[in-house]
Amino acid sequence: MVISDALDLVLTPQVILTMIASGAFGMFLGAMPGLTATMATALLVPITFFMEPVPAIAAIVTAAAMAIFAGDLPAALLRIPGTPASAAYTEDAWRMTRSGRAADALGALLVFSAIGGTLGTIVLIVAAPALAEVALKFSSFEYFWLVVMGLSCAVFVSPGSSLKSMLSLVVGLTAACVGFDNPAGQPRFTFGNVDMMAGIPLICAMIGLFAAAEVFRAIVHPSRAVRAERPDTSHIFARQWRNIRRYPKQMLRGSALGTIIGALPGAGADIAAWISYAISKRFSREPQKFGTGHVEGLVEAGSSNNAAVSGAWIPALVFGIPGDSITAIVIGVLYIKGMNPGPTVFLMQPQLIYALFIVFLLANLIMLPLGWVAIKLGARLLSVPQNILMPVIMLSCIIGAFAITNSIFGVWVMLAFGVIGFAMEECEIPIAPAILGLVLGPMLEKNFITSMIKADGNLLAFFERPIAAVLGIMAVAFWLLPLIRAILRRRKAAIA
Amino acid sequence: MTGKIVKAIGKNRIGRRAALSGIAMVAATAMGMLPGPMGAGKALAEFPERPIEMIVPWGAGGGTDAVGRIFAQILQENLGQPVNVVNRTGGSGVVGHTAIARANPDGYTMGVMTIEIDMMHWQGLTELTHEDFDILGMVNADPGGLMVSADSEWKDAAALRDAIKSSEPGTFKASGTGQGGIWHLNLLGWLMSEGIPVDAVTWVPSEGSVAGLTDMVAGGVHMVPSSLAEGRALIEASKVLPLASMSDERQELFPDVPTLNEATQSDWKLSVWRTIVVPKGLPDDVRAKLAEAVKAAYESPTYQDFMKERGFGLRWLGPEEATAQVADDDANLGAVMKEAGLAK
Repeated sequence: MVISDALDLVLTPQVILTMIASGAFGMFLGAMPGLTATMATALLVPITFFMEPVPAIAAIVTAAAMAIFAGDLPAALLRIPGTPASAAYTEDAWRMTRSGRAADALGALLVFSAIGGTLGTIVLIVAAPALAEVALKFSSFEYFWLVVMGLSCAVFVSPGSSLKSMLSLVVGLTAACVGFDNPAGQPRFTFGNVDMMAGIPLICAMIGLFAAAEVFRAIVHPSRAVRAERPDTSHIFARQWRNIRRYPKQMLRGSALGTIIGALPGAGADIAAWISYAISKRFSREPQKFGTGHVEGLVEAGSSNNAAVSGAWIPALVFGIPGDSITAIVIGVLYIKGMNPGPTVFLMQPQLIYALFIVFLLANLIMLPLGWVAIKLGARLLSVPQNILMPVIMLSCIIGAFAITNSIFGVWVMLAFGVIGFAMEECEIPIAPAILGLVLGPMLEKNFITSMIKADGNLLAFFERPIAAVLGIMAVAFWLLPLIRAILRRRKAAIA
Repeated sequence: MTGKIVKAIGKNRIGRRAALSGIAMVAATAMGMLPGPMGAGKALAEFPERPIEMIVPWGAGGGTDAVGRIFAQILQENLGQPVNVVNRTGGSGVVGHTAIARANPDGYTMGVMTIEIDMMHWQGLTELTHEDFDILGMVNADPGGLMVSADSEWKDAAALRDAIKSSEPGTFKASGTGQGGIWHLNLLGWLMSEGIPVDAVTWVPSEGSVAGLTDMVAGGVHMVPSSLAEGRALIEASKVLPLASMSDERQELFPDVPTLNEATQSDWKLSVWRTIVVPKGLPDDVRAKLAEAVKAAYESPTYQDFMKERGFGLRWLGPEEATAQVADDDANLGAVMKEAGLAK
């Protein structure tokens, strides 16, 4: 009964057309470097005032889902990651593009985004209240360990020497120290500059490290900048069928982990993607291929970050707790439309909640055809000659960086990090750990300091709460495992 | 990106280009993204003759952003020019407020000023004070509150106060904003009004009150002194117990929650407010026209309904009264910050 009422609410021409239009809008905004999914949702809010509740929510949810996938387009084609979450697999996706497999990479990101999002939504439908109760048990102690595990991934994600990975991580962590928004409330490394008080804008730094650095490299080594092969964009979906059969475990593991991490309001899609990528590499049969253009990490991390986006609705719907800025916006819209988030919404207005669930599922389905069109169009970008493409990339870097801070400050940050990224790559220092440091540095500091204040400086408090203790032991084991293994190996050698 | 795609396609297939820009256009128009008819029906020389910028010093998706955007939407209809919202975030509001104050005083830049303007100059973060702005109107105020976890052993504010008084300093922990943030000052102001030393309760910095509330429910801290509206979903879910509202009267949304004065006889009151401001030095006729438009927007049913449904407090103060209120809060917060050693 409730389900058919809900279907009646969703399957109207108005709702479907709204979803397609806002999907195209989200796809367009997400594909523009520097324009984010948050921006897409915030722009839609004033328009939704004049809509019925279901189309209003449908518009926002669809636009957000599309924009998050579309962020992968410039990541794979131009090495400009749209979100920190897609930075985890930018290197692999871009290298696949360079070897003429752009359609394969983007197809994988599209299909596994949709699958991850759908599986996450199913978990949301089945287990939202129970999972939300678990999420409420997480305080700064638990988040601290989660962040530590995320940072440990830096060592696993990057190919090559772990010393160089650490160095890169430190670059990111240092940059994350800048600004005023730290637990002590003291300006650090701002040199009296008002813009610096806001800290290093993450997306600007990311665009610089990846994309601007690539442009600089093309200038310095024009001979090395071989033109990417023209990709074969036929059978985008057929190829993914093969990936599903080949990596079913990765797909399910990524979706499950993504949903759980996404449901924690203090974690989210960024950590989910990185941890999934690291797990994928750790348990892969071919870990040496990661970072060289291997699709396996894309499958797992791609499912994971979209599952996390679905998971973020769990605390948002059950307790009105936003996990990220998109859910924060939608919670506001839910209040305006009289669908106050809270346990009661499941009892009082079940048909509206089920309509919402159907909208989530439909949004992931609509992603497939819209994404297909975007890939077909986007892949043509690669046939543009290098000497035209590079200036255009630089231009979009500048526009994107400006759009993030709404000031020229963002452009300077982007250029500075472009130089840093160029220097790092010349020394064969991987870039991904620096991004991870930038994303997780502030979270690490915040959770550590607040935990210490709460525990009056008692370090053992990190193991006193049950969930924190389990996570803590896992994290410590993560670090000690290579050491123990080395000792065991030496012992074995000594005996032999 | 589209520009580049179009360029790549344009070489051989015009049809595709048309299809793509078609999609973009449909999306943009369907969403109302395109600016309205430029200067519809206005005489050319009359202000405003081009789009107006509305600077919001806080991030997209927050409460101030929501207020800024709904205002922009209504002003756009009344003034016949697009009003674009620009988020200038960071540095606890310093970046955005500075951008508003330093803008060209021609009426084409306005902004949302928040109570942090009364705090940051005391902290020595900036020279900027409310005197660098002309206030067009105060459009919202949310009283501070006092909330504990539903399974807390203290069920009213007086019992909590007595427990704080009789415990070792630092036994109790509170959270809800960053160190020295507005809700931290709310707590300190309350403690001072009860004659309790400011170091009695340890402040645990958090990113906003929702983060503080979740931490409290998870057992991390004892109390959160933020506005009750921010805890609404958790209060309705019986996870959080509201103890008091730092206002003159009980709040419409929470009729069962006593005012702080009813609960503990303390006379401490604090509301966080949002004002629509312009930089100092606007031509008088332009400022008068904008002030009138802001008042009309405040009174519009769209704004009134929006605020009620979001659970935001409605309060209107005209330019003079608003300036007086802002100056008053500036003095009170300054006193608290000096006492707590947060002022420089």
